[in-house]
Amino acid sequence: MVPIKSLEEKFQAAVDAEIKIEPKDWMPDAYRKTLIRQISQHAHSEIVGMLPEGNWISRAPSLRRKVGLLAKVQDEAGHGLYLYSACETLGIDREELFEQLNTGKAKYSSIFNYPTTTWADIGAIGWLVDGAAIMNQVMLCRTSYGPYARAMVRICKEESFHQRQGFEILLTLSKGSEEQRAMLQDAVDRWWWPSLMMFGPSDKESTHSAQSMKWKIKRKSNDELRQQFVDATVEQAKILNVTLPDPELKWNEERGHYDFGPIDWEEFWNVVKGNGPCNKERLAARVKAHDEGAWVRDAAVAFAEKQAKRRAEANKVA
Amino acid sequence: MQLEYTLQIADNALILGHRLSEWCGHGPILEQDIAITNIALDLIGQARSLYQYAAEVEGKGRTEDDLAYLRIGTQFRNTLLVEQPKGNFGTTIVRQFLFDAFHFAFYQELCNSKDETLAAVAKKSLKEVTYHLRFSSEWVIRLGDGTAESHEKMQTALNDLWAYTGELFKASDADQWALENGIGVDLEVVKKFWEEKVSEILKMATLEQPADGWMQTGGKQGRHTEHLGYILAEMQYLQRAYPGQEW
Ligand SMILES: [Fe+2]
Ligand SMILES: [Fe+2]
Repeated sequence: MVPIKSLEEKFQAAVDAEIKIEPKDWMPDAYRKTLIRQISQHAHSEIVGMLPEGNWISRAPSLRRKVGLLAKVQDEAGHGLYLYSACETLGIDREELFEQLNTGKAKYSSIFNYPTTTWADIGAIGWLVDGAAIMNQVMLCRTSYGPYARAMVRICKEESFHQRQGFEILLTLSKGSEEQRAMLQDAVDRWWWPSLMMFGPSDKESTHSAQSMKWKIKRKSNDELRQQFVDATVEQAKILNVTLPDPELKWNEERGHYDFGPIDWEEFWNVVKGNGPCNKERLAARVKAHDEGAWVRDAAVAFAEKQAKRRAEANKVA
Repeated sequence: MQLEYTLQIADNALILGHRLSEWCGHGPILEQDIAITNIALDLIGQARSLYQYAAEVEGKGRTEDDLAYLRIGTQFRNTLLVEQPKGNFGTTIVRQFLFDAFHFAFYQELCNSKDETLAAVAKKSLKEVTYHLRFSSEWVIRLGDGTAESHEKMQTALNDLWAYTGELFKASDADQWALENGIGVDLEVVKKFWEEKVSEILKMATLEQPADGWMQTGGKQGRHTEHLGYILAEMQYLQRAYPGQEW
């Protein structure tokens, strides 16, 4: 038997040499566990993320917007599918992952625990939430685990489209009536800070970061990604003519970055713990879909078994 | 009459597409969530082409959105079947199958329309509806011949929705006019295909075909079930609350 230590060294050497780790390769148990946690959390976020936006499909204000939103939410289902598949290569099946989500054992991005109360929220989610997600996902296109990296490449193409679509919704509002501009500003006021929280706790507080960097699951720290997002977004906000709700937001010549005010981590942890405005509704909606769909999944399995049996019998006769 | 006829086709597509979109994010299986949304997207896409044409035919400067968002319930010309609530997944599948079998044969005939735009829309849509019909047929069979529970749910849905099938083939004045002018389709031909298809698939699904009792009608004349009012209240909300704005 090859000693674990040398297996670990070989694994790390592969990671360091930028060789992708594939499902059949040996990997440390903790690496596998971290990936399952992270990829499933990511998959769940795509699926739960369908809910706040899905909330406006039936009320989209024009046929073009209705089609655009429907297609966008459908893309997120597709992202969930790619990610569940990537996760399954690590030896866990989708049903078990759903179980973890539905029992509250697995987490999903807290951003989806905020309500979408106006049409402008649909634009704000595309612009800010998809925009923040892209920062993270572009980095993950080079993550060390092959199936995860490949899923991210497909996802990233669609995410940037989502972000543009969201921005365009807001741009239309910004050129609209006074009421529409107020709707836009209100949405940005509500989504700005939660979007910054999407990158997770600051580097000082982040528990998993160092190991994930060593394994090259992550390549940039939470704070680096957050800064990158702020720098990109402030410029876009100017085009929309909106005020970002942070009086401390200011260009810092010396750093070459925008400075921004302190994040309310109390709010962040509170929502993570389940006290966000929609935690209960989001989970309940997922559980309902899963429970009410049980008979459909059972029937599909029963029918497939019947079919297999019929085919076997037909073959016997032939 | 040409406007009326085009609206009849367009309204069916929009209302059913809207109904299907109610599943987005709530489907029983992720793959089927995506498939149902695909069908919704196809149908709303068809509705858009048809509304654009209807607006052109009318020639009063209305747009596709004016037609979808600013007409009231009695001005909608869709059949009652497509406005029925989504119910459980079985209800949605049965509603879809009963309509797809009609829709497929309808577009097949409409490809021969003397109206070039309608013929072109029909040709393009037929490709999409071919897939819709395959999808819904497969699921009728799978759920009908699945478990005892799924069989019962499907039979119930079929019995409940059957009374809305007769209207599909009952010619309205617009249908009659379109047929006489070589623009529309012969609903008798469509009906023949539909009956064969439905009986074939129900047999495979081990479902019992309900007897043809009283058939509910009125949709094509703008007399709808109570459901349409709620669909429109929701769908048209922003256009009604903020009139005349760009979105
Ligand atoms: Fe996504
Ligand atoms: Fe997205």
